[in-house]
Amino acid sequence: MTVTAATGPGPRLDRPDERGRFGDYGGMFAPETLMPALEELAAEFAEAWIDPGFVSAFHDLLVSYTGRPTPLRSADHLSQELGVRVLLKREDLAHTGAHKINNALGQALLTNRMGKSRLIAETGAGQHGVATATAAAYAGLECLVYMGEKDIERQALNVQRMRMLGTDVVPVTSGAGTLKDAVNEAMRDWVRTVETTHYIIGSVVGPHPFPWIVREFQKVIGEESIAQLEGETPDVVVACVGGGSNAIGMFYPFAGREGVELVGVEAAGHGIETGRHGASIGAGSPGILHGARTYMLQDDEGQVLEAHSISAGLDYPGVGPEHAYYADTGLARYVSITDEEALGGVDLLSRAEGIIPALESAHAIAWVAREADALRDRTVLINLSGRGDKDVEMIASKIGMR
Amino acid sequence: MSRESLDRLFADVRREGRTAFLPFMTAGLPSPGETVETFVAMAEAGADAFEVGIPYSDPLMDGPTIQVASQRAIEQGMTLGGGFEVLRRVVEATGRPSLAMSYANPVFRVGPHEFARRAADAGAAGLIVADLPLEEAGPVIEATEGAGIGLVLFAAPTTHDERLARIAARDPVFIYGVAAMGVTGERDEVSDVPRRLAERIRAVTGTPLVMGVGIGTPEQAAALAPHVDGIIVGSALVRRALASDDPIPEIASATRALANALS
Repeated sequence: MTVTAATGPGPRLDRPDERGRFGDYGGMFAPETLMPALEELAAEFAEAWIDPGFVSAFHDLLVSYTGRPTPLRSADHLSQELGVRVLLKREDLAHTGAHKINNALGQALLTNRMGKSRLIAETGAGQHGVATATAAAYAGLECLVYMGEKDIERQALNVQRMRMLGTDVVPVTSGAGTLKDAVNEAMRDWVRTVETTHYIIGSVVGPHPFPWIVREFQKVIGEESIAQLEGETPDVVVACVGGGSNAIGMFYPFAGREGVELVGVEAAGHGIETGRHGASIGAGSPGILHGARTYMLQDDEGQVLEAHSISAGLDYPGVGPEHAYYADTGLARYVSITDEEALGGVDLLSRAEGIIPALESAHAIAWVAREADALRDRTVLINLSGRGDKDVEMIASKIGMR
Repeated sequence: MSRESLDRLFADVRREGRTAFLPFMTAGLPSPGETVETFVAMAEAGADAFEVGIPYSDPLMDGPTIQVASQRAIEQGMTLGGGFEVLRRVVEATGRPSLAMSYANPVFRVGPHEFARRAADAGAAGLIVADLPLEEAGPVIEATEGAGIGLVLFAAPTTHDERLARIAARDPVFIYGVAAMGVTGERDEVSDVPRRLAERIRAVTGTPLVMGVGIGTPEQAAALAPHVDGIIVGSALVRRALASDDPIPEIASATRALANALS
């Protein structure tokens, strides 16, 4: 295990251990049928990630196809309004409109390298589905995306985009028809098709090596931010957390640095006290979900509970195992924001800065707005993980109802 | 009951030159009041041992039939304690070795030792955990050994020979050979995938070999029988428990046809 010396509460782990764990979290709780593929994937990725040809192909794509580096700039009007110096990392400006493209392209290249011809993915808000559909079109791969039927309804724009990109979108009707159920269905597909198919999981969740691979493809967010800050150190770095890929991509390069506090914002939905939320760290307990040991929402007998969030991307009863490790070790702290507060975050950023954020990202904005007094005059870097076009109709209907 | 009841069953079937039949049924189906009676009917129809499915909210190794069954059972109030109670009554009524089937999260939520102890107290002979590969099985192997019951480990068509040897070395009560790529559920075809897997497993170990997943008809069962010690059928029986107006006779008759195909 590689351990980076850290001055904070760390240590930050550069790789999970040989059992695929970040401390007590992670692992490989997968059906036997998948185990050889997971082993192969870990070996293939480890090899690719030190292959200069692969790494430069990935980085070239990030520049010429995705439009990286995404800007990092000060949000002056918002800063003035809140009395907090707010910096925005503009992942919403990446091709397809969210950070998800970083991982999708990386894993599509990995799929080509493994000689597989078909991609599957799950999606909640549709951002990862669109990113995977895009990467599949680019890499010449067949693609199928599982999406909960409730999410298909609330993210119609992204469903249409995936179809235009040549991807089959398959509605998932089991459970509540949301992200958790889409992951289940993608896993079931993969158990059948693993010999020819690669599963591009959309967040830092799932059995090892997925949480590690996805973090490695997303850490460009934090690495770029550090370079763009030119030696300046933000006091606080904030990102929304569903599965947590945008957050870990931003946090990991900062983790353990002195003077930087990392804050992950989970979905409080209707309020933690109502039980209708997605706060796996804030209100869950350790368990095993989708192949990894992590914080999750469950009852006393280990039945998984339904999450709730207005934002489809945060409507998930688990969280990436590396976040569970960060929470326990104090490398980051985790807070939550309600649906109502998140809608306020959309409104605030749209009016103040002319940027309509995704409902997911609006949770991070809303937390800074809520805590503005405590954050007064400090510098806060927010990962603006995605743009809000996909949510426009849904937000209009919510606001119309008020 | 204990692990020995299964060890004895496989010694017997090998001596008799036949193949054991181990039907699966979700606890709480066809309805909470009919579950035990259904197992009794299957015993009378020739079942040698049972897999009692404790319904789980997110059964990702199961196809639509067992998903629907699990959801219905949970909605009708089936719990972990309820599942163990079904198992206890089935063992009492039939005398057949019975295994509890679950997923990793309930096992680790309750704790492997507590889970294994409760299963053993209910009379289980063993435990099957669908998403527990070799790499994560350590604590559950220790717990089941401590409780005197067996743990089943899986081998799939994708499992390479070196891995098969490592699986056998953990001394599972039997190896559950996954007869088809994919999750549980009926298949139309008779393929040679399970036979080839069976031959590879046999070449590596003498551990009893039971196959399931995708086996639903007497023809499929008969084709595989010479190559294995036992056969598991789940979805084909659960489908009847879900759909029929008078499920118990139908399940019994399907069980009889499958059991007869193996003898």
